[in-house]
Amino acid sequence: MSAAGPLSGAPVLEVEELAVTFSRKGEAPVRAVDGVSFDVAPGETIGLVGESGCGKSVTSLAVMGLLPKRGVSVTGSVRFNGQELVGAGDSMLRRLRGADMAMVFQDPLSSLNPTVPIGTQVTEVLLEHREMDRKEASREAVVLLDKVGIPDPVRRLKEYPHQLSGGMRQRALIAMSLACSPRLLIADEPTTALDVTIQAQILELLKELVVDTGTALVMITHDLGVVAGLCDRVHVMYAGKIIESAERHELFARPRQPYTGGLLASVPRLDASRGTPLRPIRGSARDAIPWTQGCAFAPRCDNAQDDCLTEVSGEIVPLEYDGPGRELRCRHPLEYPQAPPGATALGAAR
Amino acid sequence: MLRFIVQRLLQLIPILLGLFVLLFAWLRALPGGPAQAALGERATPEAIAQYNELFGLDEPLYVQYLRFLGRAVTLDFGNSTQYGRPVTEVFLERFPGTIELTLFAMIFAIGVGIPLGYFAARRHGSVFDSASVVGSLLGVAIPVFFLAYLLRLLFAVELGWLPGSGRQDVRIDATRITNFYVLDGLLTREWDAAFDAFLHLILPAIALGTIPLAIIVRITRASVLDVVNEDYVRTANAKGLAMATVRRRHIVRNALLPVSTTIGLQTGLLLSGAVLTETVFAFGGVGLALRDAITYRDFAVLQGFILLLAVVYVLVNLLVDISYGLLDPRVRVR
Amino acid sequence: MTAVGDVRRRRIDELAAKAGAIPEGDGGLSLTRSAIRRLRRDPVAIIGAVIVVVFLVVAAFAPLLAPKDPVTQYLLSEIRPGLIPGPQEGFPLGVDNLGRDLLSRLIYGSRQSLMIGVVSTVLGLVVGMTLGVLAGAFGGWVDTVVMRFVDIILSIPGLLMAITVSVLLGQNQYSLMIAIAVVQVPVFARLLRGSMLAQRGSDYAVAAQALGVKKGRIVFGHVLPNSLSPVIVQATLSLATAIIEAAALSFLGLGDPDIARPEWGAMLANAQDFLSVRPWLAIWPALCIIVVALGFTLLGERLREALDPKFRR
Repeated sequence: MSAAGPLSGAPVLEVEELAVTFSRKGEAPVRAVDGVSFDVAPGETIGLVGESGCGKSVTSLAVMGLLPKRGVSVTGSVRFNGQELVGAGDSMLRRLRGADMAMVFQDPLSSLNPTVPIGTQVTEVLLEHREMDRKEASREAVVLLDKVGIPDPVRRLKEYPHQLSGGMRQRALIAMSLACSPRLLIADEPTTALDVTIQAQILELLKELVVDTGTALVMITHDLGVVAGLCDRVHVMYAGKIIESAERHELFARPRQPYTGGLLASVPRLDASRGTPLRPIRGSARDAIPWTQGCAFAPRCDNAQDDCLTEVSGEIVPLEYDGPGRELRCRHPLEYPQAPPGATALGAAR
Repeated sequence: MLRFIVQRLLQLIPILLGLFVLLFAWLRALPGGPAQAALGERATPEAIAQYNELFGLDEPLYVQYLRFLGRAVTLDFGNSTQYGRPVTEVFLERFPGTIELTLFAMIFAIGVGIPLGYFAARRHGSVFDSASVVGSLLGVAIPVFFLAYLLRLLFAVELGWLPGSGRQDVRIDATRITNFYVLDGLLTREWDAAFDAFLHLILPAIALGTIPLAIIVRITRASVLDVVNEDYVRTANAKGLAMATVRRRHIVRNALLPVSTTIGLQTGLLLSGAVLTETVFAFGGVGLALRDAITYRDFAVLQGFILLLAVVYVLVNLLVDISYGLLDPRVRVR
Repeated sequence: MTAVGDVRRRRIDELAAKAGAIPEGDGGLSLTRSAIRRLRRDPVAIIGAVIVVVFLVVAAFAPLLAPKDPVTQYLLSEIRPGLIPGPQEGFPLGVDNLGRDLLSRLIYGSRQSLMIGVVSTVLGLVVGMTLGVLAGAFGGWVDTVVMRFVDIILSIPGLLMAITVSVLLGQNQYSLMIAIAVVQVPVFARLLRGSMLAQRGSDYAVAAQALGVKKGRIVFGHVLPNSLSPVIVQATLSLATAIIEAAALSFLGLGDPDIARPEWGAMLANAQDFLSVRPWLAIWPALCIIVVALGFTLLGERLREALDPKFRR
């Protein structure tokens, strides 16, 4: 582990019982994130995995303090280097954002300002957070663009986002987020909008940067391939709650939550014999029931039993210790006399 | 960029040619035709026949059109029956007044409209926001000339705060250089003349600027509301930029793109509205001359003025297109 | 598969159905139906609609509602320069400079004003849509020719164009309607063409083409109906501008000279001369114009939002 300040070894980010509720006039409030807790240590990469709408992006925006203020209530605790961010003032958050914690977004085209040259969009971070004049900043910008693998960076400074390819745009966004060597980087589906070949390059780039600088990385994705290649620990989310947490190899080898198992089974694999059918999860995320009534995944779950319902068991399904380094929210998890054939293959991709 | 401009200029040619055909045909289709237009309504049949022969109006139409085109290119639209002078001369004398008026109206509309729209959007859902929405709807629904009359009645006639007619007090003996009265006053250092001309502009400019104001408020508000939710604004915030930087570079800059197009589109509205406003305030511009031309059936003035105004309108829109290219890099490349 | 108590299973499904239920109103409804649904719950749209309906009713039943004949002159003995009788017994809003009952003239005026608005808009709509469909459906040189023509009309600012047409056709109510319609034509033509082009390039049109659906069927069965909503919105908004435009033309002396047909624009224009004597002569017709224009505008704006998928939740 690289030396990352006086708190080295202690988590960079501690999220505890984070809950986000959206309320709109005349409609029932929606709890998008519901008691999520996790830590990230320096140099560590964690994955937040789930289908769209499971609350993973909202979690990341809440951590960054980027949710709109009106109609949104954030409770719980987010500590960055021990500093509480929930309820923190705007000016303090602005000082941290871009400098100590940064974010890379899903769609690089819409995430870049179309009317401002790439160069300005990189230098403005430097000028904001570091003691630099314009000249130094643009020299640094060239270095940054070069570091993220953008060819001919001097010329690119003057170009506009629409003149760059999708992969280049994402590289530019990464350059911006890394400009001030943040201690925490949150990447929200950074490869989803890109071609498959570019995806691999971007992931490779992120991995290198994290290893080089000891930055903690939170990877938000629905793509298990990304998790397999990058993450140390994985938190699987469903309907606003974490339902399973495990070290990567463990998770791929022995998924316990039937939802996790279903996710893994629905990924096509090269090592499966031909003709092996893919097993998609029934239904869609829309079929979730509120956690107060039972396990949200129960309507789609093949293992569901009577006591998955709150009215039978008398309590909301808790997230519990499930062996060393593992946590699980399930009453009827998948059991393994031994690992199912080939289950480790994906996990061993790294 | 240069290619973009040249391309746009070339696109104008067919439009202008078509415009000339339209107005050429228009004059010919009028009862009495061009002879009556030139000689006035009380012309005798003999005089008309004589005129037709003299100006080759018995020749084939395309010959006449080419001749008309030839004269129009040299800005010769014949003589006004009202003033007995060349139409172009009258136009050039009157046009500076209209430019001054529309310019001030636009300054009023933009200067008030953009901040108003911006603040309405930033306080989305507030009383101020609702008031600006209602106000902008009302602004579009009021007939311009009625508003002009109300303003005149209230501020000029009843309260006497501001002059209610003309471009300048007739008792001021101002030197004329450009026929832009305010500018003339400044150039000749006749400060009182410049100030007086400015006072004369206030009420007409407000009346004329109200519709554009209402539209600009609405578009700015809608546009800011859109842009605030854009991903790149979130990125800018994620970069920890100061609120002022986010606002200036990322919100306002992009929000003004649709507003700038709207501003260009308002030119036609302004030229239309100028006819009405100038009439109410007896403001000696092109619009007042057009109204008189309608009243006295001065067809040469009608034809010439409408043609010239259309050309101005088309050119202004071209300028707007070009400036849009400067503002939005995505347009420039194409 | 694990055995699950049937009853419990059903209970879970029930809960899921409730939780995941799509909010009532959307889903499965056609765009128009759901737009109407949303309009019905929108107070602003209702205000607009009520205004419009009230004026339409007044126009339809004008002879029943008007207390007096709109052209008969009353109280002539009381009218002298600088004095026009105000509200009094039998004349709730007073009389105009020629002694005609103002209220009755306003009521009758709604007929003419609304008719000018509706006829000119429908006329502009029909011609504009025809041009737009031609350009949008055929493309190629038809498109070029039509759009050049439209651009030429557009190159003359609206009111000046209306003046030109009106001078050419002489002073009567048809000339007024045609003049206003001509100004609207290019707006509708461009709108429809633009929206058709966008629809033609959309995935579903390409998909239909790939399935071998005939071109005419795609254009008239899919593209055209889907392109109509901006045109409908614009037509509603145009009703407002048409009425205001008519007032402007009347003000410039290009209105309908027939005194048997009172019209708000002409009343307003005429009243300007007596503004310092009795401003209410101008304010009442102006208010009528403003309120009706506002009604159409509110309705149009809300219709735009209701039809725009962007605003749908």
